[in-house]
Amino acid sequence: MTSLAYTRTRRSVGEQAVRYGLFAAAAVSIVTTTLIILSLLRETISFFGDVPLHEFLFGTKWTPLLGGDQQSFGVIPLLTGTLYLTAIGLVVAIPLGLLAAIYLSEYAPQRVRKVIKPVLELLAGVPTIVFGYFALVFFTPEVLRGVFGLEVNQFNALSAGIILGLLVLPTIASVAEDALTAVPASLREGAFGLGASKLQVSLRVVFPAALSGVVAALILGASRAVGETVIILVAGGQVARLGTDPTVGYQSMAAFIAATSRGDIPTGSIKFETIFVVGMALFAMTLALNAISIRLVNRFRQVYE
Amino acid sequence: MMKIKTLLPALALVLALGVAACGGDDESSASGGGGGGGGGDLSGKIAIDGSSTVAPFTQAAAELFNEENPDVQITVGTSGTGGGFEKFCAGETDISDASRPIKDDEEVPVCDKNSVKYGEVQIANDGIAVVTNKALSVDCLTTDQLKELWNKGSTVKSLADIDSKLPDTQLSLYGPGTDSGTFDFFTGEINGEEGVTREDYEPSEDDNQLVTGVEGDDGGLGYFGFSYYEGAQDQLNLVGVDSGDGCVKPSTETIQDGSYKPLSRPLFMYPSEKAMSRPEVKAFMEFVVANQADIAKAAKIVPLTEEQVTKAKSDLQSAEQGAS
Repeated sequence: MTSLAYTRTRRSVGEQAVRYGLFAAAAVSIVTTTLIILSLLRETISFFGDVPLHEFLFGTKWTPLLGGDQQSFGVIPLLTGTLYLTAIGLVVAIPLGLLAAIYLSEYAPQRVRKVIKPVLELLAGVPTIVFGYFALVFFTPEVLRGVFGLEVNQFNALSAGIILGLLVLPTIASVAEDALTAVPASLREGAFGLGASKLQVSLRVVFPAALSGVVAALILGASRAVGETVIILVAGGQVARLGTDPTVGYQSMAAFIAATSRGDIPTGSIKFETIFVVGMALFAMTLALNAISIRLVNRFRQVYE
Repeated sequence: MMKIKTLLPALALVLALGVAACGGDDESSASGGGGGGGGGDLSGKIAIDGSSTVAPFTQAAAELFNEENPDVQITVGTSGTGGGFEKFCAGETDISDASRPIKDDEEVPVCDKNSVKYGEVQIANDGIAVVTNKALSVDCLTTDQLKELWNKGSTVKSLADIDSKLPDTQLSLYGPGTDSGTFDFFTGEINGEEGVTREDYEPSEDDNQLVTGVEGDDGGLGYFGFSYYEGAQDQLNLVGVDSGDGCVKPSTETIQDGSYKPLSRPLFMYPSEKAMSRPEVKAFMEFVVANQADIAKAAKIVPLTEEQVTKAKSDLQSAEQGAS
């Protein structure tokens, strides 16, 4: 009896310790997120003491580093630049990523899959600075100008966007493939039993069944593209401009932060505060994307017994 | 990319200085406090602030000086020439970096009021090169044309908009970021007011990126420190500048003698007499003048001529006379 009771107590103490330990590990992410918001908040508030919120949100000229009457704090060009580059990236990454995912989960023989999937994931591990210089010194001059004969600037949205797409491609392909593979085999077998072709099974049965996971993959890819810094910093140019001409460069929010922190901005100046404000806006944007993703996932989720 | 490029000359320089320090006891290393033994016995702090154009030079000088005198802490601020003099004349800094002489009407009286005495020593020359892509052949632009191209609100899309004889290639413009001393200098001289510029050019704090851009675009045109042109002259077309007395192309010589107008200027360090009475400050200033060529090379800036060095040495001597 006593030994049993003793063991129980010891076990429950151990259980408690593990429980708290795990909680602490889980809490780290929440604490970090909170601290990030707090650290951005102070400069952001101070910034809006000098610049009206509507000027920031609706202004169409972003030249915070210039002086005098040339200084302007409209975030729209940075925002549209970010979305434009992301859109180019997703136009590349979504079709390729989804097709790769469908191929890997439905068509590829086991042997092929065993090779392709790790290679795809390896692509996700390539440092983004490598992608950046790949875009700048190879893709722009050799492929866009050389192969396609396009007249693009050295720093241009097309090159940066497409390479950005290649960066998020493995994320989309890999997560979507997991979702497709997770669809129960019984569904496929049922469809085949009714005489459906492989294409019909893939596109009309498996794909809709995995939709929530696929959507999550897309949003994850989009988030990654929105926040990507180095490729755009290196290859996308540093002009915050409004427009849709893909042959010239655009600055994104993340690239602005990186480029501006690289110079010597006096601490506490309004130029310094723009770094934090843009950081906050970027944070809000990715948060919104993730919130949408969670909603979509819940909405399309199909539960199989 | 940039790191490696700047690191290599710096390394070579450190090696060269190491050898020099071991090998000889010439005037400079003896008075520089380096001596043969490696770690000098100097210690203390040297506070330097001022022009952001001079800062890379001072920073390189400090790093090299620390090779021999690791116990001397040197801080290099970049408050700008004016901001630097403000602190200097308040007695807060030992040496002020300046990209122009101290102003007689505004800054000198403040120094006088606080009884801060100082010497003026020219330590290097600064020049800005205007360059274009090889395919965009432009031999010369006048300062007025440059202003038309670069000024606030400019809508010039090709050089033919300025002068129909110039090539009609769609331009893509490159220039330094707003934190750079080169940006202030160029906008001040060309556009008439520091910081005033057209906004739709591609800015970068990394001059090598500007070189890449101008080199890569058929209509590439940009400006940056002359030394960056020197490093890439085969890939770029150098544009001469005409300020009214005919076209002058920038070169080490035309920048040193000031005939490349208005985009060349002398750079200065102002040590205070009080600071010069401290051995570490005196040693540092002497080190700078004695090794200016190597420091300039590491900092990618145009060195002094022989004459300028001689003058700098005598200026330095008179700067310390009142103190010792």
